[in-house]
Amino acid sequence: MWAFLASECLLFGALISTYLLYRGKTIPGTPTAKEIYDIPYTSVSSFVLLMSSLTMVLALASIQRGDQQKLRAWLMATALLGMTFISGQVYEFTTFVKEGLTLKTNLFGTTFFVLTGFHGVHVTVGILMLLSLVGMSLDGRLPVEKSEVVELVGLYWHFVDIVWIVIFTVVYLIPTGK
Amino acid sequence: MAAVVQDQVELAPRRSIFARPTATHGVWSWVTTVDHKRIGILYGVSSIFFFLVGGSEALLIRLQLARPNGTVVSAEQYNTLFTMHGLTMIFLVVMPLSAAFFNYMGPLMIGARDVAFPRLNAFSYWAFLFGGLFLYSSFLLGGAPAGGWFGYAPLSEQPASHMQFYALGLLMLGIASTVSAVNLAVTVINMRAPGMSLFRMPVFVWMTLVVQFLLIFALPVLTVGLFELFFDIRFGTNFFNFTKGADPVLWQHLFWLFGHPEVYILILPAMGIVSEVLPVFARKPLFGYPVVVFSGIAIGFMGWGVWAHHMFAAGLGPVANSAFALSTMFIAVPTGVKIFNWVATLWGGAIRFKTPLLFSLGFIAMFIIGGLSGVTHAVVPADYQQTDTYYIVAHFHYVLFGGSIFGLFSGIYYWWPKITGRVLSDSLGKLHFWLMLIGFNVTFGPFHILGLQGMPRRIYRYSPFAGWNFWNFVSTVGSFMIAVSILVFLYNVVRTQRRPKLAEADPWDARTLEWITTSPPPAHNFDEIPVVHSVDEFWHRKYAEDREGRLAPVIAGASDGPDSASGGEPHVRPGRPEAGGVVGLAGDVDGGGQEGRGDEYAEAEQGDGHGDGPGGQHGKGHKIHMPSPSYYPIVAALGLPILGYGVLYSWFLAADGVLILLAGLFGWANEPSAEPEPEHAPAGAE
Repeated sequence: MWAFLASECLLFGALISTYLLYRGKTIPGTPTAKEIYDIPYTSVSSFVLLMSSLTMVLALASIQRGDQQKLRAWLMATALLGMTFISGQVYEFTTFVKEGLTLKTNLFGTTFFVLTGFHGVHVTVGILMLLSLVGMSLDGRLPVEKSEVVELVGLYWHFVDIVWIVIFTVVYLIPTGK
Repeated sequence: MAAVVQDQVELAPRRSIFARPTATHGVWSWVTTVDHKRIGILYGVSSIFFFLVGGSEALLIRLQLARPNGTVVSAEQYNTLFTMHGLTMIFLVVMPLSAAFFNYMGPLMIGARDVAFPRLNAFSYWAFLFGGLFLYSSFLLGGAPAGGWFGYAPLSEQPASHMQFYALGLLMLGIASTVSAVNLAVTVINMRAPGMSLFRMPVFVWMTLVVQFLLIFALPVLTVGLFELFFDIRFGTNFFNFTKGADPVLWQHLFWLFGHPEVYILILPAMGIVSEVLPVFARKPLFGYPVVVFSGIAIGFMGWGVWAHHMFAAGLGPVANSAFALSTMFIAVPTGVKIFNWVATLWGGAIRFKTPLLFSLGFIAMFIIGGLSGVTHAVVPADYQQTDTYYIVAHFHYVLFGGSIFGLFSGIYYWWPKITGRVLSDSLGKLHFWLMLIGFNVTFGPFHILGLQGMPRRIYRYSPFAGWNFWNFVSTVGSFMIAVSILVFLYNVVRTQRRPKLAEADPWDARTLEWITTSPPPAHNFDEIPVVHSVDEFWHRKYAEDREGRLAPVIAGASDGPDSASGGEPHVRPGRPEAGGVVGLAGDVDGGGQEGRGDEYAEAEQGDGHGDGPGGQHGKGHKIHMPSPSYYPIVAALGLPILGYGVLYSWFLAADGVLILLAGLFGWANEPSAEPEPEHAPAGAE
């Protein structure tokens, strides 16, 4: 998992680099970052995702103690928080589109949607993995001896969360001045 | 259902819709195999097939360019030819042929029974095969990619370039390679035999490890570039749309950040093979083993700092150009170090001029030439003249064909007996070598001249008054010589395969662990995992040095050091004289049978009927659990091309592709890696 995450670092690194390279280069006339971002809204969304990392840690602690019920509870909580985040993203994206920013509109639209979209896909895959773990636990196939599986999914989930922290900072918080 | 009680969860019986495959012979057993040896063979056969395809593309190119104003193909067809030739040779020949050796030999050389994730290994192969077929299916679906193998945007976004197949195909191949890289890296790091520290690994395994890390870090950058290119083509995004303010140089940076480590990915495996072959055929240890390893690692690191030498003419400015010129000159140093060490390995050795050695020597010679022309490119003003001319084409063919391909052929001839149980004919091998060496130089040598005479790359025809007629014609003649040499090789293969399997475990009197076991190895590789005490472990079991430093065979029964008490040793066999036979390792007497038995539970019967040495009375019926075959890897892999076609043509099809992929992954996650034994043998170490 660590090796895979290493490659994912490079993946997001290249996407973020593309975004950074094109920041401020959008030709005026179409929506730009400053006009369209709703930082408070996205902050709430980010907080939700951060909390999901906490619930993930609690899930891992549960299975290491052998507590299947708590494991499922915390995994579901993580998944639900992740789904909340995704819904928030969907809402944000549809709002932007309504306000005139699409993939094709300009450099900003292209780089923003692709970067955050890739991240969203990664979160979604993570949610699927979390739900699978819940299913496995219900099926009795996740005993203490197999807790490493939960740890690996947890690693992935934390990684996705850290990437979001970087994206949120770089994309939303650091002002571009334009 | 399991009773869910705290701390006592009983594993429920596994439910699956389809029975686990169990075939050990026949087509279905190959489709569902998870055995690294079979996967290695699959990679090898596929890459040879693609080599013939890519070679045919090259011959068509040469036919077109044999005469000025050639009329063999049109301009558009020519663009497709050089694009597909490059893509094929790089991604569908050299990389998978290297993967064939990593997969087959890697676990054997470290004394492991398989890779860390056998089903993932199978998935990598099928994803590679489907990716290659997907790429080639473009010929039937509106035209194959024609924007060049490095696909410079925004030109590559033109519909006439058909680059959507390029993007999607390479994405699939990238997935295959990334996943394989994770697998092999974990295998080398975690699954080495007891006593095999990192600095007791064969150099080939070291180079494998470095390459896997290069793949892990380089492929994502290419992935991002390809997604951006594909999104521009398919969804109208603006990554390379200069009318919206985008910068075409971004593509070049992203591509070459991948592309330069990629060329080290292409050459390091071949260098690893050469480092194995030379000591065996010079009967001397590799000179300066730690330095050779460190050079490989250095090349891996430094390879990240030179990418913009592919962009000297892109207008980055003198500061950037100078910086990259310097780093490019520096990276020649570790390679030079390796060459000196190889020469020193040969120096004073008892050289046996067999085919594997000839190809390794050819590698060294051709790679030196290619490397020297590379150094001339590092001088920026000189590169201004050379870039985009045939001089560059000469350089990379010398390093990739004269280098990688020659090195890989060395590996093919060297390891053929281990894989197939038969030794390829040495006289035919030598004929292949000489025809190929001469043909190669006749084909690509003139490119240096043509390049400096100003012939640009990627032109489908040239004027009769440019002064290029003679060398182009000569080059075409050379290319057909190469083709003949390949025919010799194929004839050798077919003829040899008709012979019975007679190769011993160790036909070359070699040095590394894979030669301990039979040819071919049984499914479980080794009856007993060897315990390793030094580099070239196998050699030191066969030979010791007497007081004057001369080699003396180790007598059977001689103490093998403190470890023989543990019984973890395969038998020490009599040291072998040049012409003598070798007693193969005890184990399956018919270990040379059909590609290993493919049984999950191989019976390791130690000491059976061979009667040599100590260190091996083990209980009979000692069962070794190997991972079971599975069809989920190929099912999951199948989702990828379906998703690819869907993204191009129909969202319903894309959804199907995703579902198939997910179904494959879910099924895979839910099945154990090895099925439990139906009944357990009462006596027998588990």
